[in-house]
Parts: sequence; structure tokens; C-alpha cells
Amino acid sequence: MTQPNVHRHDRRFGYAMIAPAVAIILFIGLFPLIWTLLVSVQNISMIDEDTSFQGLLNYQRLMSDTRFWEALGHTLLFTAVALPLELILGLALALLFLEELPGRPVFVALLVLPTVISPIVAGAAWRLLFDNRFGPINQVISWVAGEPVTILWLNDPNFVYAAILIAEVWQWTPFMFLLLFASLTNVDPSLGEAARIDGAGFWRTLWSITLPVIRPVIVIALLIRGLDLFRIFDVIWALTKGGPGTRTETISIYAYVQGFQQFETSYTAAMAFVIIVILTMLVMAALKRVEIAR
Amino acid sequence: MRTAIRFTVAMIVTVLFLFPIYWLFTISFKTPDEIFSYPPVWWPSSLQLSNYTVLFRDGDVMTIWNSLVVASVSTVAAMLIGTMCAYAIARFRTGGDHFSIWVLSQRMVPPIVVVFPIFLLYVKLGLVDTYLGLIILYTAFNLPYVVWMMRGYLQEIPREIEESALVDGCTRLQVFTKIVLPLARTGLFATAVFTFVFAWNEFLFALVLTRSAVTTFPVQLTHYFGGQSNFWAKISAMSVLGTVPIFLAVAFLQRYLVRGISLGAVKG
Repeated sequence: MTQPNVHRHDRRFGYAMIAPAVAIILFIGLFPLIWTLLVSVQNISMIDEDTSFQGLLNYQRLMSDTRFWEALGHTLLFTAVALPLELILGLALALLFLEELPGRPVFVALLVLPTVISPIVAGAAWRLLFDNRFGPINQVISWVAGEPVTILWLNDPNFVYAAILIAEVWQWTPFMFLLLFASLTNVDPSLGEAARIDGAGFWRTLWSITLPVIRPVIVIALLIRGLDLFRIFDVIWALTKGGPGTRTETISIYAYVQGFQQFETSYTAAMAFVIIVILTMLVMAALKRVEIAR
Repeated sequence: MRTAIRFTVAMIVTVLFLFPIYWLFTISFKTPDEIFSYPPVWWPSSLQLSNYTVLFRDGDVMTIWNSLVVASVSTVAAMLIGTMCAYAIARFRTGGDHFSIWVLSQRMVPPIVVVFPIFLLYVKLGLVDTYLGLIILYTAFNLPYVVWMMRGYLQEIPREIEESALVDGCTRLQVFTKIVLPLARTGLFATAVFTFVFAWNEFLFALVLTRSAVTTFPVQLTHYFGGQSNFWAKISAMSVLGTVPIFLAVAFLQRYLVRGISLGAVKG
């Protein structure tokens, strides 16, 4: 009894129901975009309220701004390292818990906790753990080394990346684990058994049978996390604020600095627009490979 | 034997993953001498609460209250507006496929891009450092999530129930409020809790749009960081206060967790 045609008054009812949502989404989706485009071709800064048309002046400045390109490089580096690490560790955990294990629900429930806390709290926790003198991490390393070790985790350029990545991977590996674990438990076990009877080993079964089945979930998990990593701000802000110097500055942090500390309004707008363009290109490239709609 | 090995590995992994949280909690109960002792003290000698009472005495807990107000009101608003929209999409395909994809795509916009124009607008409107300003923004930012999740939950409700109610003389609006919403209550509840958690944990908007009156707890937390004088006791106690509500929410939600964080991609 499903009717293909929606009645006219139902259609009107439908539009009335979506109207408030559309209005609000336009407010954060469209207004900032138009404003950004307009202001990016003007020349507004703290000292100058110049609203005349400046063409691509700010964009030219951005092209030769090494600090911006470095920030973009840091962002892509964090993403390129953290994303596969989280996926592989998450998958390893999911496989560890796939077969029945005493207390499994308790383990799963506990392992999820890092993912749901605020990234600022996560940053705070790791700040305390990484403390060079009173933190437990250097203490453990000292035990292993047999002599006092004081690594300046958050100030030493050689260690600061490791520190941020540890905090990031710690918080989001459980996210990957949870998604992969849930989808793996939904996979029909007879698939793997059939492969094993045919003589396929563990790795072969995993690679050729199990992973292709859960591929859609892997793609979505990577997409969600990839987008989050591209705009990473909170945890780095909590740990280093982009330092030492600008060593761990990401595009979100650099845009924040330009916009809210240097008050370079037009320049920040140009940067925001370039960020949207880069993001859109990355998402388009990713979406070409998957159908997210269904 | 194999199970024993797997169990041991599971124990080690879980301990490693929970240690940072354990450390945060223990520091919040330590005395200053224990916090700043070398080598570190691995468990506090007693559960003394002075680190918490300081937060209450100095009024820092107001930031928890601010977070609570902003997160709850924006959650209610986003749920109301978002569920209406989701119902129209699920039932009448209002706006077509493009519309629902467009709604979801709004979630991909980086907050840093949105926050700058919004800040300048808020300055003009006098909305900086007000509950209303943050609530509007959090409502807007959570809307795509609510629409997307509730669309999924509402699609699972059989059409026939609604149609028979229509035959009985209910209006569409009555069907929505009296039939659909009660049937979707678990989905509503799960989505609302996640929406609340996002708003509760959010940092960048709160950093930019608050000054002192409505500072939320993550922003307050970063005020304690600074150069050499880390207020460790305050950092840990405030972190615990800001984390316990989340843990409670998640404990109630175990069954919906996977669906909630995967944007409905995995039904769990």
C-alpha cells in the first residue's frame, strides 16, 4: 500500500518541517562561506578597515607564506601517520576480541572510554603523563634505562611529534576498534570457516575474505577520522599550542593565530577559503571511491 | 591455553589504555606533596577531596554549570528541529537525495572556517560571551548529526502504523507527535545523548565565543595550563568533573554506542 506520489498537502507539511533546520544550517553553512569569500578579496586587518576590492592580493600572500604551507604539511603528516596507526591498532584489537573471551563485554566497555572524553581532557591527561620530572612516563623509561632520564616530551622538537601522536592515537584507536569490532561480529563466521577448510591460513582469510566484507565500514571510519584529523586543533592546543615555535602548528591553529591573535581579518578569510577548497578536493577524491549516501 | 594468552594480552592492553584516565583520577585525590614528588607516587595515600573543594570555593565549578546549560539547551533545540527535518526526509523525501546529502556535508565543514565570521557577527549582535550565542551555534553544528541519525531511526518505523492513524482521522502533525515520536524514543534518546556529549566536549567555539560569563569547562581547563606553573590539582579535578558525566552517559548507552559514533554506518 505504499503510495509513490506524495500528496500535495503532505509535501507542504514536509517543507514546513524542514524549514527551521534549513534556516539554521544556512546560517552556519552559507553565511560564513559568502562572508569569507567577500572579505578575502578586501584588505581588513587590525590597523586598516580597507573594504575596497583587492583582487587576489591575500591569496598571493598566502601562496608565499611558508608558515601556512608548513602548517598544512604538519596537518597532513599527522593525518598520514595517525590514520593508518589507528586503523591497524583498532583492527588488531578487534581481532583480539573477536572470539569469545571471559569478561569480553567489560573489556569493550572500558576500552571505549578514551574516545568519549573531551580532547582537551585527553590533552590534559597526557600533559601530566609526559611531564619531564613528575610524570610517570619518564619514570618508566628511567627504570628500563637504569638511570634517570628526563625527556622534555612537549618541548623537544625530536619528541613532540611522538607525544602528540601518542595522545591522538590513544584517544581514537578505540573508535576504530569499536566500529571494526561491531562490524566483524556481524560477519557470518561460516565465510571464514569455509575458507579455512579450503586451506587458507589466518592472514589469507583475513585479507581475502573478512576485510573485503567489512570494507564499507572501514571506508566510513577512515572518512570520519580523516576529516577530524584534517581539522585537528583541541589536543594539540592542550599539549603544545603549536609549539615549540611553530613546529606542531596545524592549519586550524595557524588560522586561529592569524584571526584571533593577529586580527588579520581578510588574510584569515583567504586562508579559510583555501582550507575549504583543499578539503573539498580531498573529500571529492575520497568519495569517488565510495558511495556514502546509502 | 590460547584463550589464556588472549586474556592476558587483553588485560595488558586495557590497563595501558586506561592508565591515563587512572592517572588523572589519582592526581585529583593527591596532596600537593604527592603530586610534586620525585619519583612519582603511583597511588594516593588517601582519598582527600581538597582539590575539589578548592574548585567549589573559588567558583570554578560554575564552568561545569555553564557547560551543562549550553549543552542541554542546545541538545533539546537540535533534537526538536532536527527530528522534524528528519521525519520529512524519511517520510516524504522532502528535498530529495541532494538535500539529505547537503545536510550531512555540513558536518564536514571545519569549525575554524565557521567560527571566524560567526565571531565577527556575534560582536556586532552582542552575542559574544552569552548563553544564547553558544546555544545557537551548538544547535546549528549538531543539526546535521541529528537529522542524519534520526532519519535512520525513523525509517525503521513501519509506514502502516502511521497510515492507519491517518485513516482514523489524525492530522500529519498529530501522527508525528503522538505516534512517531513515542515509537522512536530509543533512537531519540541515544541521539540526544551523543548530541549532548559533542556539545559538552566542544572546545574551539567555546574558546572564541566566551570571555568569562559563560566559559565552559574545557576552556577553563586550558586556563590552568601555563608555562612552569601548572595547576595540576585543578587540572585533574576539573578534568574528572568534566568526564564523569560523559562516562555515566556512555554506560547507559552501550547498546547504541557503535551506531552513534559511526553516524549510523554500523548498526551495532
